[in-house]
Amino acid sequence: MKIIVCLKQVPDTETQIKIAPGGEKIVTDDIKWVMNPYDEFGVEEALRLKEKFGGDVTVIGMGPKRVTESIRTALAMGADKGILISDAALEGSDSLGTAKALAAVIKGLQFDIIFTGQRGIDEDQGLTGACIADLLGIPQVSLAVKLEVAADGKSVKVNRPVEGQTLVVEAQLPVLITTQKGLNEPRYASLPGIMKAKKKPLEEKALKDLGLDPAEVGLGGRKLKIIKITPPPARAEGKIVQGETPQDKATELARLLHEEAKLI
Amino acid sequence: MEGYQEYFGEIHNMARATVRAFVDREIRPHVDDWEEDGDFPTELYRKAAEAGILGIGYPEEYGGSGGDTFVKIAAVEELVRSGSAGLAAGLGSLDIALPPILSIGSAEQKGRFIGPVLKGEKIAALGITEPDAGSDVARIRTRAERKGSHYLVNGSKMFITSGARADQLTCAVRTGAEGYKGISFLVIDAGTTGYSVSRKLKKMGWWASDTAQIFFDNCMVPVENLLGEEGQGFYAIMENFQKERLILAVMATTTAQMALEESIKYSMQRQAFGRPLTGHQVTRHKLADMATLVEASREFVYRVAAKIEAGINQVKEISMAKNFACQVSDKVTYDAVQIHGGYGYMREYLVERLYRDNRILSIGGGTQEIMKEIISKFILC
Ligand SMILES: Cc1cc2nc3c(=O)[nH]c(=O)nc-3n(C[C@H](O)[C@H](O)[C@H](O)COP(=O)(O)OP(=O)(O)OC[C@H]3O[C@@H](n4cnc5c(N)ncnc54)[C@H](O)[C@@H]3O)c2cc1C
Repeated sequence: MKIIVCLKQVPDTETQIKIAPGGEKIVTDDIKWVMNPYDEFGVEEALRLKEKFGGDVTVIGMGPKRVTESIRTALAMGADKGILISDAALEGSDSLGTAKALAAVIKGLQFDIIFTGQRGIDEDQGLTGACIADLLGIPQVSLAVKLEVAADGKSVKVNRPVEGQTLVVEAQLPVLITTQKGLNEPRYASLPGIMKAKKKPLEEKALKDLGLDPAEVGLGGRKLKIIKITPPPARAEGKIVQGETPQDKATELARLLHEEAKLI
Repeated sequence: MEGYQEYFGEIHNMARATVRAFVDREIRPHVDDWEEDGDFPTELYRKAAEAGILGIGYPEEYGGSGGDTFVKIAAVEELVRSGSAGLAAGLGSLDIALPPILSIGSAEQKGRFIGPVLKGEKIAALGITEPDAGSDVARIRTRAERKGSHYLVNGSKMFITSGARADQLTCAVRTGAEGYKGISFLVIDAGTTGYSVSRKLKKMGWWASDTAQIFFDNCMVPVENLLGEEGQGFYAIMENFQKERLILAVMATTTAQMALEESIKYSMQRQAFGRPLTGHQVTRHKLADMATLVEASREFVYRVAAKIEAGINQVKEISMAKNFACQVSDKVTYDAVQIHGGYGYMREYLVERLYRDNRILSIGGGTQEIMKEIISKFILC
């Protein structure tokens, strides 16, 4: 089974995000970059399928050179091959631009399943997977929390949560699946795996290798423009519920939950 | 960012991320309970082995993960960041127990004594200190007398990290005359008749690591367990100390860094006299001093580590680095408790533990005074 995992590098969830002057970007100087957590589920699922069906796993990432670290992490977890798409002309691409670049590389590869995270935790768009599937003309199943590939390796059943219920979708391979929390618990890159990852192939591609028109991608190709980023409102101070008796306090708490927090 | 050398590259960052993920998943949720219980489950050795964490720095042929000094440093930093330096010391007791085997053991011994430990199947400890000989290593009295195919061992070892549950002890014994030349290393299986262990010793800090006294009463150890040759022990002990001192120095810088971070968080939020503690210049300046010391200490330790990694003799410098890092962590953990006021004296606050756990660092692996003896020998010749 040939599996491809698309992987994005995002700021670590513990990073304190600062907005750059101008309000359109974040300050990236002191950021620690990690593999998008949703993509880790994709890497893990790909490795499990490889363990079951044989085959190989290719990870593809796009972005500056530092993205190699996340690709190497996937290789250290057990993926076989990495591809980094890196070109100044691709900087600032929106989801569609990114999908075009990724799809251009994927078109030259064999694949049965493509995984992408259901969204990047940085911009929360959740579009790239769908765009890639469309550009490749293959089905897309989103928000997988469980998946089962048929024994003959020709189709896959995917569970996705819908409002507390589960929807089971079946699709023929090749297919693109976006991964959601709950699908699996990603393994760590083991230390010996990290050492071995050094020797695994990691290819680099520039825009000219993709056969894309530079106008379609990068800042210039954006269909979506970020106008302004604002920080979330500061958290209000906690409130201590007053009252003479436990009954009074409970009544007051219920009132606050209903009238102020609007939770009940 | 070109033009200067970083100590940590891609491999180190990946290794750090793995150890951090391991700590988040396997240690952090339980760490306070383990500290209070004075123990952590032995299963953790196996889990850490599976992730390849125990194998860092050991050759692949013996089941190690490979990796240089800075991979080790990244791992130690992240383990200490679990909030329990004691756990880091207990889980890491192999890092003082195995190097003598690696250094003077035969290939057969390496296979026999290193593999199972790196797999997490066996726990290894190092036994040098005795009730009557600590700093003065050359005075150890545990005797090993050759009787045909065995050594008959009598004596005892004190303050042994992981001693209560170690399966094998890399043990300094006297096979020859008085003085340092008469010292040898035996690997003693804890199952040997005549080998017994005290209860866990109660300590000021490092609660999650067990520390015990070990007794040998006519303990029969096969001669195949002698490392190298008779009389080679002292040299191996001294060589081993370099690595141990580096690890302890890293523990000190990490402890100080954590105490600083806790203090910054706390003083931004704690109000006194109508403003946060950081609104008082005294606190701001104290924090600035703490940050400066931590920075200088860490950079010094990294620099010495880089030279060790490059194969440059650093006996003097690692002694300096250990002392400096410990003096800094002494001061910074003290100040951190001070900034926290009464809360800093309470167990719910991390700085209380950092303050206690820090104290051993100036004693273990060679005391402050012994480090100064070493340094003065170098500078006064
Ligand atoms: C928690 C813990 C874990 C430990 N783990 C291990 C372990 O796993 N394996 C192991 O072998 N040991 C271990 N030790 C022992 C540790 O290495 C010794 O405690 C240390 O080397 C000091 O020896 P000592 O306690 O006998 O003190 P002593 O050597 O008796 O020293 C007492 C004091 O005298 C000072 N002093 C001694 N000689 C001189 C001198 N020449 N000049 C000036 N001052 C001097 C010392 O600096 C110290 O202040 C551990 C200790 C502790 C507390």
